[in-house]
Amino acid sequence: MSKKKTTVVSGFVVAIVLLLLNVLVALRIIDEYTSQVLTIAGINVIIALGLNLISGFTGQLALGHAGFMAVGAYTTAALMMKLNIHVFPAIIGGALMAAIFGFLIGLPTLRLRGDYLAIVTLGFGEIIRVVMINLPDLTGGPAGLKGIPTYTTNFFWRPVVSFALVYFVLAFVVVLLSNLLRSSHGKAIISIREDEIAANAMGINVFYYKIFSFTVSAFIGGLGGALYAPFFGYLSPNMFNFQKSVEFLIIVVLGGMGNLTGTVLAGIGLTYLQEVLRFLKDYRLVIYPLILIVVMIFQPSGIMGLFGNREFSLATLINKLNSERPTQEKSSDKAGEVQ
Amino acid sequence: MTVLKTENISIQFGGLMAVSGLNLDIKEGELVGLIGPNGAGKTTIFNMLTGVYKPTNGRIMIKDRKDEVQDIRKLHPYQITALGMARTFQNIRLFKDLTVLDNVRIANHLNVEYNTLDAVLRLPKYYQEEERIEEQSMELLKIFNIEAKSGELAKNLPYGEQRKLEIVRALATKPHILLLDEPAAGMNPQETQELMDLIEYIKERFALTILLIEHDMKLVMGICQRIYVLDYGRTIARGTPAEIANNPLVIKAYLGKEMENDA
Repeated sequence: MSKKKTTVVSGFVVAIVLLLLNVLVALRIIDEYTSQVLTIAGINVIIALGLNLISGFTGQLALGHAGFMAVGAYTTAALMMKLNIHVFPAIIGGALMAAIFGFLIGLPTLRLRGDYLAIVTLGFGEIIRVVMINLPDLTGGPAGLKGIPTYTTNFFWRPVVSFALVYFVLAFVVVLLSNLLRSSHGKAIISIREDEIAANAMGINVFYYKIFSFTVSAFIGGLGGALYAPFFGYLSPNMFNFQKSVEFLIIVVLGGMGNLTGTVLAGIGLTYLQEVLRFLKDYRLVIYPLILIVVMIFQPSGIMGLFGNREFSLATLINKLNSERPTQEKSSDKAGEVQ
Repeated sequence: MTVLKTENISIQFGGLMAVSGLNLDIKEGELVGLIGPNGAGKTTIFNMLTGVYKPTNGRIMIKDRKDEVQDIRKLHPYQITALGMARTFQNIRLFKDLTVLDNVRIANHLNVEYNTLDAVLRLPKYYQEEERIEEQSMELLKIFNIEAKSGELAKNLPYGEQRKLEIVRALATKPHILLLDEPAAGMNPQETQELMDLIEYIKERFALTILLIEHDMKLVMGICQRIYVLDYGRTIARGTPAEIANNPLVIKAYLGKEMENDA
């Protein structure tokens, strides 16, 4: 099969699986509680994918993605509540606002080599949280913002719509990111992680690609937050603390830095684990750092490191099943969101 | 016709004058050697030529792809590469965790003619360009006889082949001036001989002007048309291999005092 054909077939498979999952949610075969957990997991995965782009693929550690999530969430809420904008353009608006913040933060810090981005994004996350607390007119202040319009008020459709939307966006993000990262532009981004000086000598405008990658990363982080606001209907500044940023980082590290499949698996797994461990009350906060420590000691390359850091690829799978011809390793699509 | 010229460039690191008053003048199609004892400032010169370091004073001019003279002193490394001057690194700087082919594909970056949108949406242009880039990359790997290893990670190549891949990667940027920083370091005599033939071959095939740093005198004396000798950041001699081999200053720099005075 030609590369293009495999891409189309992969796209169909993804669409069918998504549709099937939605039918399962609608028929309540996946119960409401589970679908809600899966929706939150989907949002976490989206934001972690954004973080993976800058930290895993570009090699620039960022510690403030809860901040971008907050910007996306509050902007979306404000657009919907103050300006009565429809939920879909409001979500795009939230993500764009986060991208603007990302661009402005990246501009001075990404010129420098080293861990400056980590320090600045760490500060940014905290600043955003404090600003949100002190802007009660816009954010409801420390008490939080109540009454954000949800996707739908219909009791039956509510879980289905949230689930469908989040997983549609997730599939979209995965496809776009994996397409980007397999292209020459994506390889340029990865080469910065590998060796910045050599990348520069190969004609790659390192600063441009760092800014590009960080802005896209912030956009995706904001997108996650923007999806979250009308899903949950309530926002509070303390949801977006430093610990939240670290949660995203743990997802990325556990899944494997620079591996999209790993982020998807780890994001869903860890979100589920957090629910399962609810009976531990506050002690479950110990579990996350513990996981991080154990991973760093025994499997620093993450889950996918066990599989040679390869990406799950539908195209490869299809080619294998369709084994009239020898398989072509690198072609087209990928759909990690299929659990 | 001069393609690379430095006018009195110097660079100072704190109190150390690493290179002072260097005047290079390299003509089109020449193969020039840059030699000198350790710490003489050879790699520092490469770093200045390629924009990694900015010289404290002096000018660096190169002739770009369109035969126009450019002052490159204030340019970034990637801009200098775009003008047609590429380099290899003494301490190998491959993209270790990527495949051999990807290393070369990345170096093709300047010739990629599709944008990010073509890439994420997989438009026809993406497929055409990727195919072309892969073909060209494989062709370069073939010249250096490492095409069979295109799928391996760069870090898993033997040392000599990593050095070759460095050169392939530099060639993939389509330069007309090539700077080689100790290309034969760590190679055995047979590999060095093979490398000498390769350097002469690519010089002809791609119409290159080559400036190389090397400690292996057999290589330097064997293929260089002209040689510059550095010591403590100063040019102590320049000339043909035969002239250099008999130059008392050079002998002194390499071996210490001259025998006659020693007695």
